[in-house]
Amino acid sequence: MSADGVDLKKRRSLTLATSAVGAVGTGFVIYPFLAAWGPSEKAKAAGAPVEADIGKLEPGQLMRVKWRGKPVWVVHRTEQNLQDLPTLDGVLLDPASDDTGQQPEYCKNTNRSIKGKYLVAVGICTHLGCSPTYRPEVAPEDLGPEWKGGFFCPCHGSRFDLAGRVYSSVPAPKNLEIPPYQYLSETKILVGADGGAA
Amino acid sequence: MNKLIFALLLALAPMLGLAAGGGAHLDDADIDLSDKASLQRGAKFFMNYCLSCHSAKFQRYNRMGKDLGLTDEEVIDNLMFTTDKIGDTMNIAMTEAKATEWFGSPPPDLSVISRARGVDWIYTYLRSFYLDDKRPFGVNNIVFPDVAMPHVLWELQGAQKAVFKIEKGSSGNDVQVFDHFEPVTQGTLSLEEYDQVARDLTAFLSYIGEPIQMERKRLGVWVLLFIAVFFVLAYLLKKEYWKDVH
Amino acid sequence: MSMMKNVVGWFDDRYPLTKVWNEHLAEYYAPKNFNTWYLMGSLALLVLVIQILTGVWLAMSYKPDAELAFGSVEYIMRDVEWGWLIRYLHSTGSSAFFVLIYLHMFRGLMYGSYRKPRELLWIIGVIIYLAMMATAFFGYLLPWGQMSFWGAQVIVNLFSAVPVIGPDLGVWVRGDYVISDATLNRFFALHFLLPFVLAALVFIHIIALHKVGSNNPDGVEIKKGPKGNRWSDSAPADGIPFHPYYSVKDIAGVAGFLFLFAAVVFFAPEMGGYFIEHPNFEPANPLKTPEHIAPVWYFTPFYAILRAVPSVAGSAFPGVVAMFASILVLFFLPWLDRSPVKSIRYKGSLTKILLWLFVIDFIVLGYLGTQPTTDLYTLMAQIGTIYYFAFFLLMPIYSKMDKTKPVPERVTE
Repeated sequence: MSADGVDLKKRRSLTLATSAVGAVGTGFVIYPFLAAWGPSEKAKAAGAPVEADIGKLEPGQLMRVKWRGKPVWVVHRTEQNLQDLPTLDGVLLDPASDDTGQQPEYCKNTNRSIKGKYLVAVGICTHLGCSPTYRPEVAPEDLGPEWKGGFFCPCHGSRFDLAGRVYSSVPAPKNLEIPPYQYLSETKILVGADGGAA
Repeated sequence: MNKLIFALLLALAPMLGLAAGGGAHLDDADIDLSDKASLQRGAKFFMNYCLSCHSAKFQRYNRMGKDLGLTDEEVIDNLMFTTDKIGDTMNIAMTEAKATEWFGSPPPDLSVISRARGVDWIYTYLRSFYLDDKRPFGVNNIVFPDVAMPHVLWELQGAQKAVFKIEKGSSGNDVQVFDHFEPVTQGTLSLEEYDQVARDLTAFLSYIGEPIQMERKRLGVWVLLFIAVFFVLAYLLKKEYWKDVH
Repeated sequence: MSMMKNVVGWFDDRYPLTKVWNEHLAEYYAPKNFNTWYLMGSLALLVLVIQILTGVWLAMSYKPDAELAFGSVEYIMRDVEWGWLIRYLHSTGSSAFFVLIYLHMFRGLMYGSYRKPRELLWIIGVIIYLAMMATAFFGYLLPWGQMSFWGAQVIVNLFSAVPVIGPDLGVWVRGDYVISDATLNRFFALHFLLPFVLAALVFIHIIALHKVGSNNPDGVEIKKGPKGNRWSDSAPADGIPFHPYYSVKDIAGVAGFLFLFAAVVFFAPEMGGYFIEHPNFEPANPLKTPEHIAPVWYFTPFYAILRAVPSVAGSAFPGVVAMFASILVLFFLPWLDRSPVKSIRYKGSLTKILLWLFVIDFIVLGYLGTQPTTDLYTLMAQIGTIYYFAFFLLMPIYSKMDKTKPVPERVTE
């Protein structure tokens, strides 16, 4: 392409400018298409915070509530359970809940809860998303003599204690997620919203 | 050749004006969707007078609250009578079967009624009920003859009768043509106040017909500006390259 | 730079990358005298891409079920993030597609782009137009509003007007005795499939175009003219490489088009009830026909022709035949035009007047198709229909006898 009297510099800068604006425009076009894959208002409404009545939950019992389509466990832990928790620190991956993504700020404590008695946790294994089994019994045959009660994932054998803390050397990399929640009264909790407490 | 395209577009333009069909004369609704207070009043009237029989099953309460500048608490306390979940849509308890039994035909869902009928129609409709003994609820409507709905707002507006005049039809026969309304009983509101109620309700129905419409136009300005910039650059680029072509 | 060359070289050994680029863009020589009319093809291609992209995205939230369809459209409009934009792009896109294709076809009509050796190119184009109409027709049922329902009802009943097999044919197309859930489901499947057929046809259209080369406003064959230009000694003297000259021109055209397109999408998506008809905001109700039904504007010229033809012996079949004939006659256009010149620029004033009358006729028919019938309108539609067919069927006579001007050797500026 021989050029007589062609201002190559002008040509190049105009090409660049047009391409740049065109690229930005393409980005603007792509964004709505990506955002359209997010949860719709309907999904958000269905995933709205749910109330749970925990008044009738006996010590040692577990109840499930559905929040955002996922099982959320509420466990009424016994005094013994709470005393056992600190003794397990040595065999856990993240005993002090240092991974801030796994619980709200107000649950970063030994029990990983607002009130010691009640554990509220998302019942989804942090490995590949199975729902672990509740195994409150102490030292069962299959889980060994050191087992103080907790959760066992049937898919790949991950173990969690009764505060949802993951054992070291199991496939799951993180503690169970604690959802945002709050107490509406002594016997009623709201899962999914904490009134901005975090 | 560009002129030809413009000429074509111009030739098409008058057709657009004729899109709306004939029928009764409609008054200009003159609504202002940027007037949040009007929309909020409209929401209040809607919840109190319409939502017991008509649903708006595509409109969510929380979305309405956000768009109308109300908090979730305000919506729950003042505007939500049919559900306790802020994310719900505006449904009603009445079943279609019951509704048909009561009214003859089920009251239509009002989510997109403003888009089906147009805002001027709704505004005129709300103001055009008149006494008619022949109807089951004692009222008829000028723009919706033999409507199955009672005049829910009659306490506010008062009752009125319609005065017809006789005109010669196109084939020479006498036709009854609506002329004007005459008040029969006084409502709790003055006529101007009632018109404002109708206007607020119309504005609200227009809003739920397309909740995004204000945002759409606001965004549109920026989109057009952006494309204009792109056009100028692309045009300069074209000019530059086409210097080669003789 | 050498890195880039290596990568391209790797591909060239395995795929004709550079070859295709050169043959169809960098060394594809198009006449240098294209005007604005020549943008419509590229723009239509752009709109096809927009339609497929937005359509696939809509299908992710749309439910082809008579109980759910209307609600799922409103769900897209309200609950899906940016769903309203994707839907308006799609609804505006369908009208824009037809605007562009009508302008594109008119361009061909004006400059004789259907004449030898471009007969097949034109025929493929008419097939594309038919496929578009089918796609649009199937798609229009999907919102499941009153216009969707009754529009489909009327059009499907055209098949029922076919003698003998008609009634069975109608039932077969619907899969039911009325437009129903079964109809909606199959229309959705076809509306999803056809755009890809359309894309394949467009590909074939472009291959055919690049075989014979583009026509131009002068109707001069640049391949038959002298050779040699500043880019190549063997290329036509009046040709310029498509890339970069027409690619930058098309980009500017795209920007101009997008400005108008966005103006409609953001400020008038209903376009006064022409792009999205008002009665379609009422859910389909098989028990109640809207007071006045009209197809979407791009079908109305043919709808007017349908209504203009009176029924014979109680059968609406002649009208149906006339409507289909009005489209099928386009296939024969290359052989109807007997003028010694291609472009309107060198045709006589008789042809010019007849062509402009045809444009007016088409617009008037389109308007009449949107209106309720009255005696006057029916008469106008009948005159319009007669002119429509006369324009094509008398073309062998008037194109031959009309005076022509001398065609220049080379393209003009």
